[in-house]
Amino acid sequence: MNITRVDFKKMWGPGLLLIILVLLATLSLHASTYTVILLTSILMYVVMTVSWVIFSAPTGYISLAPAAFFGVGIYTSAILGNKLPLPIVIFVGGLASFCLALLVGALTLRLKGIYFAMFTFGLVELIKHLLLWYEIKFTGTRGRFVIVVDNNTIYHVMLIILVALLLIAYLIRRSRFGLALQSIGENEDAAAHTGINVNALKTIAFAISAVFVGAAGAIMATRWTYIDPYIAFNPLFSFMPVLMAIFGGMRRFYGPILGAAIFAYLEEILITRFPYYYMLIFGTILVVTILYLPDGLIGLIQKVQRRISGGQHANT
Amino acid sequence: MIVTILDIVIAGLLLGGLYALIAMGLSLQYGVARVLNISHGEFIMLGALTTWTLHRAFGINPLISLAVCGPVAFVLGFIIHRTLFKRLLTSSASPGVFESNSMLASFGLMFIIQNIALVAWGPEIRGYSYLAFPVDLGGALFGANRLVTLGFAVVIGLAFYLFLALTRTGKAVRAAAQDPATAGLMGVNIDNVLALCFGFGAAMAGIAGMLISMCYPVHGVMGLEYTIIAIIVVVLGGLGSIPGSFIGGFILGLIGSIVTYFEPGLALAAYYVIFILLLLVRPTGIMGK
Repeated sequence: MNITRVDFKKMWGPGLLLIILVLLATLSLHASTYTVILLTSILMYVVMTVSWVIFSAPTGYISLAPAAFFGVGIYTSAILGNKLPLPIVIFVGGLASFCLALLVGALTLRLKGIYFAMFTFGLVELIKHLLLWYEIKFTGTRGRFVIVVDNNTIYHVMLIILVALLLIAYLIRRSRFGLALQSIGENEDAAAHTGINVNALKTIAFAISAVFVGAAGAIMATRWTYIDPYIAFNPLFSFMPVLMAIFGGMRRFYGPILGAAIFAYLEEILITRFPYYYMLIFGTILVVTILYLPDGLIGLIQKVQRRISGGQHANT
Repeated sequence: MIVTILDIVIAGLLLGGLYALIAMGLSLQYGVARVLNISHGEFIMLGALTTWTLHRAFGINPLISLAVCGPVAFVLGFIIHRTLFKRLLTSSASPGVFESNSMLASFGLMFIIQNIALVAWGPEIRGYSYLAFPVDLGGALFGANRLVTLGFAVVIGLAFYLFLALTRTGKAVRAAAQDPATAGLMGVNIDNVLALCFGFGAAMAGIAGMLISMCYPVHGVMGLEYTIIAIIVVVLGGLGSIPGSFIGGFILGLIGSIVTYFEPGLALAAYYVIFILLLLVRPTGIMGK
């Protein structure tokens, strides 16, 4: 009996997720266009946040590079979109981001802590300005047009990317690889002494986290139809995943998903209702979360649960 | 030919003076208070827009609004450190954790200040004309306002250096930069000194904003660009080294001016290339330990 209870407890999380995913997959059959577009944005933010968490949460390195990978995906779509079929374009977008991340990771993951954050932030701006210069100098135009894909297709592609990502993220968390990343975050020198190839693992994790962001960028570009370096390499796409992951709480697998979903929906509401104050509200939420909720929403929920259950696990 | 070189060098120094001032402010905040303040540029923006408002609404000479921008930014910075960052400092487990937490909190601060400024001043690009007559320097022509800017940057930089080198508070700041815990044990009121440094950094940003508004158009979202330049200069000069930031500002200004001469579109890209090369080859900067 005990075994079944444990199994049930373990199963309800993934089971719930499965139900939600099935609901999401069939949603476009009856939902309005607005809902589909809104959900695509939310899914995009969940993809970016969970990707960010794969690398940055266990290792403790703050990466501000998501915007770079996202932009690479967007430009892949803009350049190849009318030459190749959509699935290949998205695959190439992911692959291009993967290669960029491998290169950047191999070069820079020796940098410790805050230096890495600064470097990755500089990277986004460097690519943006080089691209802008190249476009104006050699192609003569600032922006590019992207092929149009209908909203339902974009939505389903984003959902597929998300499912693949969640699977990979879950497997990494459960594997020796994930454990090694965790130990790097706790004490990098000690991890190296126990025989973990620290730099190689960090680089691979960084590259894996880039794949899905690139793929998401490739499909999102088709919704915007017109892009230029300022749209594609917007630093906000680097800050948002960080914000959302912190808001949700990174200790649990569901934290970043929850944080991203709530935050993305909040963004939509705030932009439409309070267009002049939404940055202010975002900033306040970020500051308050860092100050008072170090474990994010999930931490808060657990605290409340513990209080309700009468402090049985007071010290866990 | 010589005139061209003189042209480039003087333009670089003029730009460098501003960069030096901005970077010294950030260097104080990061080098001593350990806050990589992403909202640094927002204090510059506040200084610039305040100066513009005072000039437009009351006809106050921009140089006189120095007496407003500096102290107000100082008080603002002091209060922010005493409330927000002090709290983070006590709740963070290690200096590393504090560095990432405070950086993220300053992101939040950036959003907040930027939004308040957008509500207060709107998104329009603003500017005014002050001392905008040319001065002949050995054949090269420069605006008088830009020369005044350079003069101010140098004077403030030197004054601050003397303050650090000669006064008792300056000594406490230097001690806190080396080792905050030990400085506290030696009787330095560390909370006050850290808040003081953060305040001074903000004050320098405010003054830099006032100088920028004399030469360039200003608007509500100008801050981030200057923050990034400040970060690059601080890394170039060596994290935590104030003379390093001062010299680094002029070096970056010169580089910017040289690159602009050959290929105007690549000036910012050149800054990032230098930044990335520095981080890879010599992350301690030119004056770092």
